[in-house]
Amino acid sequence: MTPMTEAQNSLAIANPKMSARDVKVFYGEKQAIKGVSIDVDMDHVTAFIGPSGCGKSTFLRTLNRMNDTVASARVEGEITLDGENIYASSMDVVQLRARVGMVFQKPNPFPKSIYENIAYGPRIHGLAAAKADLDVVVEKSLRRAGLWEEVKDRLHDSGTALSGGQQQRLCIGRAIAVEPEVILMDEPCSALDPIATAKIEELIHELRGRYAIVIVTHNMQQAARVSQRTAFFHLGELVEYGVTSDIFTNPRQERTKDYITGRYG
Amino acid sequence: MTGASAPGRNPTDWKSDIMRKRIARRYAAERRFKAAGLFAVLLSAAFLAFLLITMMGNGLRGFTRTEIALKVDFPASPLLLDPGTITDEALNQANLPMVTGTVAKKALGGDADALLSPTAWVSIRDAIKADPAILSRTETISVPASTAIDLANKSEGSPEAEAQVARLKQQGVLSTGFNWSFLSASDGTDPTQVGIWGAFKGSLLTMLVTLALSFPIGVATALYLEEYARKNWLTDIIEVSINNLAAVPSIIFGLLGLSIFLNFLSLPRSAALVGGMTLALMTMPVIVIAGRNAIKSVPPSIRDAALGIGASPVQVVFHHVLPLALPGILTGTIIGMARALGETAPLLMIGMRAFIATPPGGVTDPATVLPVQIFLWSDEVSKGFVEKTSAAIIVLLAFLLAMNGLAIYLRNKFETRW
Repeated sequence: MTPMTEAQNSLAIANPKMSARDVKVFYGEKQAIKGVSIDVDMDHVTAFIGPSGCGKSTFLRTLNRMNDTVASARVEGEITLDGENIYASSMDVVQLRARVGMVFQKPNPFPKSIYENIAYGPRIHGLAAAKADLDVVVEKSLRRAGLWEEVKDRLHDSGTALSGGQQQRLCIGRAIAVEPEVILMDEPCSALDPIATAKIEELIHELRGRYAIVIVTHNMQQAARVSQRTAFFHLGELVEYGVTSDIFTNPRQERTKDYITGRYG
Repeated sequence: MTGASAPGRNPTDWKSDIMRKRIARRYAAERRFKAAGLFAVLLSAAFLAFLLITMMGNGLRGFTRTEIALKVDFPASPLLLDPGTITDEALNQANLPMVTGTVAKKALGGDADALLSPTAWVSIRDAIKADPAILSRTETISVPASTAIDLANKSEGSPEAEAQVARLKQQGVLSTGFNWSFLSASDGTDPTQVGIWGAFKGSLLTMLVTLALSFPIGVATALYLEEYARKNWLTDIIEVSINNLAAVPSIIFGLLGLSIFLNFLSLPRSAALVGGMTLALMTMPVIVIAGRNAIKSVPPSIRDAALGIGASPVQVVFHHVLPLALPGILTGTIIGMARALGETAPLLMIGMRAFIATPPGGVTDPATVLPVQIFLWSDEVSKGFVEKTSAAIIVLLAFLLAMNGLAIYLRNKFETRW
């Protein structure tokens, strides 16, 4: 394996929103992530690509400590949000997850009304107490998620009665409703048809700049379409991180090139 | 795929005789299996119908009683009562049982004592209480007949009783009415005076104690084990122990209750409190197992969703997991409660088989429960108790049906439609 140098695989980011330094993740004895260092900034969409089992989803879940729920998982290294270590004991994990929201692979709305799905987060964090405030938050979040026009007349219908693509946009709206700073998306389109996928991608474009967005995808075309920064993971390592157009047209690493050209994956 | 045309292997002949026979055998096996299933269903339906019909045949008679219209000439009777001041105390001092005996002898002849129930005077007392004005005139009052007459009237009595019934019928004083006192009275020595209310109330109080203890403890245990406890050898042992507890014979819980609640803690004997605590020990493992299964069946994606927007673990549990698991937990709870309701053995161990003629006023009063009452009555010598036993079984079954109905209602009410 060729030793990696900073210059080859990394990208200097002046003002990172989140940065990871030498992050290692273990599941019991097995090491899933082998020392990843990466910076994510506010103005760009960052895509994590790589073959199945390369650790890109695992790494994503360390960014808002969702791995805490796995009893055997152990994280080493440092991850900071605005310079503050999120694994420090002073960091409240509940607040962290409100600041770093997450959208999952399979749409998972609560089996409650559309309104309740959006209002739940602001309510538990005390962001909107009065009914009128909540109404405003719900409308704003659904508008940003591009779902308002489709559901405004049936806010009190069950969220699970929507189509798959609508459900996923509802989940994005639910994440937006608590005003996060970072949104992590774990293969958000893998369960959706091409039209619903196109809508989500369009939505990611619109949300860019307002939130730092990190998206995991196994679809290279999607990474090329939605992101400006791309990180290629392989076997738990960050092989290459750079401007998306560079990664796809002019990869510096042999492994990246092989993956991009479809040699494996 | 080139298997079909591979050398040395002919194409399958789907129409050959062997194939046809194979297909015929397959269909025959299917028909046999279907017939066996249908037979099993019909057999259990037949057993159920047999049970219900016998029970109804015997039991419904237990809800009726034979009454004798007794003509009471109050002014001529030896009753010393002032119509102006009818109080319970005055009625108690008036020696109504003796007066009733005298009046009955006059109206029905010398064998009147054998005709009337020992509680016949209660009907007369109630009549006086309802309208004191009857003390100044002759009034016909329906009083319950004795067990012998009751049985003979329902056509299974002794020869003497049959003759007495024939005579009474000739006089036109015999009638059959609904036995309200069966629903309002408690245990007694004479079959005509017993009722189910004491045992029913005892069962109700016992179930309340059981529910109040086993539901919160059981649900909390299930939640802790599923949501908080780390999976290690200790929780494995706890899990195995809980599964074993659910299978322990109930009489052993009775012995446990006897030695801990009565001997060690000196709680009142024969009380609904101790009965409920003993049954709670038995019901709790059932609730824990049902609760864990219900909690396990809540999709992990819902937990992820809630955690992902910053809900704390407690909020995840109470806002999402518990509401979704509730129908399953409730179903398990009510199945456990229904089992506890029909339980007899452990309650015998803690003294709930005593003869108790007054309904319990609270959970610490001596009480009995429906199944124990049924057990006690089935042991009685007097033939009149046979139909009372069946009638009590009907009440118990109605109670169980009501509980199961409640379970179905609650499950449908809280069921989440995805």
